[in-house]
Amino acid sequence: MIPIFDYILLIFLIVAAVISLKVKDLLSASMVFGIYSFLICLLWAEMGAVDVAFTEAAVGAGVSAVFLIATVYNTKRRSSD
Amino acid sequence: MKWIALIAVTLTGSLLLVGVGDFPEWGDAHSAANEGPKLESGEQIATAVSQSFLTDTDELTQVPNVVTAVLADYRGYDTMFETVVIFAAGLAIFAILRVFGGDEVKPMRAPEDDTFCEGDHSRIIIGTTCKLLIPIIQLFALYVIAHGHHSPGGGFQGGVIMGASFILLAIARDLKSALDWFSEKTFMRLASVGILIYAGFGVLCQFFERNFLDYGALKTVMFSSEQMARSYAMLGVEIGVAFTVTAIMFAIYANLSSRGELKQGL
Repeated sequence: MIPIFDYILLIFLIVAAVISLKVKDLLSASMVFGIYSFLICLLWAEMGAVDVAFTEAAVGAGVSAVFLIATVYNTKRRSSD
Repeated sequence: MKWIALIAVTLTGSLLLVGVGDFPEWGDAHSAANEGPKLESGEQIATAVSQSFLTDTDELTQVPNVVTAVLADYRGYDTMFETVVIFAAGLAIFAILRVFGGDEVKPMRAPEDDTFCEGDHSRIIIGTTCKLLIPIIQLFALYVIAHGHHSPGGGFQGGVIMGASFILLAIARDLKSALDWFSEKTFMRLASVGILIYAGFGVLCQFFERNFLDYGALKTVMFSSEQMARSYAMLGVEIGVAFTVTAIMFAIYANLSSRGELKQGL
């Protein structure tokens, strides 16, 4: 593990999590959620859990972001709270 | 109400953080999980099962990737029901969203006619790019599935990538042309066939008077040693998982994007 790389990833992780919760536009929120998944994927790859990282990249950052966007398009785009 | 939620979240979060303090160091070879439980005096009570996974897997199953061996062989029963969970998720989406005929929901967008309009240039670019990309994505998915016990990957990841290639087709063109390739009948059948392949390997082992999913029993069917039979059976099982995951990923997307009508997607 490279500590400085870890700290950068973790800071970005928290920033992405807060943004995806705070943003009113649900489309942007799901995009940022994809970024969050990808950062977790990097973190796992960096810790040596390559299989888990692969799953996270495919499922978390890839397909689930697409599912969220498909849902946003069929509902309202703006969050009400 | 929001304040109560905030207090609950903060409390749970801090409890989790306190719990993290008891974890062994990252990558600690002498932790209980890696070496086995110890007494206060440092005396070893038993060896952890992870040690035998790491040392014996290559010898017993001829599979270099220990993660796949654990996933598909040592805890194969668990993985089978993980696949069933994915299948159940697809069925749930089908049961909740799918509508047949019935009342007309108004189309999301004005129906496009054949005349050339503003966005057509970009549609040509997107269409051509996807035509080039989709075969490569599918080839990569097949590689991930087939190579799952030698390198990271396997049925779940490969299946998701394969499903994503069909989703890309549905996004780049329209849902209808993706459904022409991969109709609802096909993907629902494929999803069930995947689980049947997995369970079939398990039941086949029982015919040779061994336990369910004890792949070593298949050596007479596979014409190989017991170790290679386990390796081959893992590959077979991963293919079953990939079938189900591919089908269900596309099924979820198709139902979500068309409000369950499977007519007009995004």
